[in-house]
Amino acid sequence: MCGATEGGLSLAGVDVQSQAVIQGRVTRDDTPVYGAYVRLLDRSGEFVAEVPTSATGDFRFFAAEGDWTLRVLAPRTDVVDRPVKASVGSVAEVTVAV
Amino acid sequence: MSRDTTLVTADWAEQHLNDPGIVFVEVDEDTSAYDKGHIQGAIKLDWTKDLQDPVRRDFLDKEQFEALLSERGIGNDDTIVLYGGNNNWFAAYAYWYFKLYGHDAVKLLDGGRKKWELDSRALTDEVPSRPATTYRAQEQNPDLRAFREEVVNAIGTKNLVDVRSPDEYAGRLLAPAHLPQEQAQRGGHIPTAVNVPWSKAANDDGTFKSDEELKELYSAAGVDWSKETIAYCRIGERSSHTWFVLHELLDQPQVKNYDGSWTEYGSLVGVPVTLGDEAGVA
Repeated sequence: MCGATEGGLSLAGVDVQSQAVIQGRVTRDDTPVYGAYVRLLDRSGEFVAEVPTSATGDFRFFAAEGDWTLRVLAPRTDVVDRPVKASVGSVAEVTVAV
Repeated sequence: MSRDTTLVTADWAEQHLNDPGIVFVEVDEDTSAYDKGHIQGAIKLDWTKDLQDPVRRDFLDKEQFEALLSERGIGNDDTIVLYGGNNNWFAAYAYWYFKLYGHDAVKLLDGGRKKWELDSRALTDEVPSRPATTYRAQEQNPDLRAFREEVVNAIGTKNLVDVRSPDEYAGRLLAPAHLPQEQAQRGGHIPTAVNVPWSKAANDDGTFKSDEELKELYSAAGVDWSKETIAYCRIGERSSHTWFVLHELLDQPQVKNYDGSWTEYGSLVGVPVTLGDEAGVA
């Protein structure tokens, strides 16, 4: 794991070895969704963080080792939940279709 | 105070966008959000560049605050409607900041930028120009802001409400998970602080829960309504959100925001720290 990313957002300047990164992209009909809201929930379903997606539909979190849930809110769509596992030193890539 | 005087809905905002005497102000953590689109007529305050002293870790002093608002065209008689991203964290921070300097006519847009966007309401990239004013601020209101000595003395005596996420409270994370986990300070929380994450006070769309739900939330966590309360988080912005809930929505008379928060407390030499999910003892 050298810090390179499959997703669209650069991890330049971040020491990925010490981070449990969860990142990915929100799409609708295979097109990236800008300005969707992605929430990171912990094992108990408690809110931990939230980011809007970038112009390219991308989002990123720096989590901790373990199981998490991504919750995606976008205009004119139902809420979508997606489980994800994070581990330190790796990048969990998730694409969420809404 | 109550929800009628401190909160406005998105519908209300849409109907009052062009009212003279009402100034919409966007405050974001992502300070570029405004530039990509904002509510028509809204001006921007940058919480790092505009609202912090450029050298010391502190707020603008009274004269600097007066100069800022004068330059941005905000008058003493204007009603300020604040909104922003991150479920209004930084808008609530600015709200508290305006109150700290004695500007009474301040309101928060319920749901902030997120609800506005999720409702697909209009945004513009047109930047308004407002003629300069001569703004006069009051001295900082000491009843609203807690400093570290008061916080240490509050252990076991006042309500301490840690509004960070459970993992930050326990010391498993050092920052909200949208930021890298590289911080100098120790993890954990102030002994005897209860953990009521700010997010429990809000619905998924960023609007505040009902007064009844809010009252029950803090009661269940062990907040003693007969005591003074100090709220804190990592840098004082999420705790502004909780300060708003306790002081403005629930009318608690003695609530302070500790803006030094965990980045200060977790770096202090010699103060007690509790790790794990329990509040700990004094």
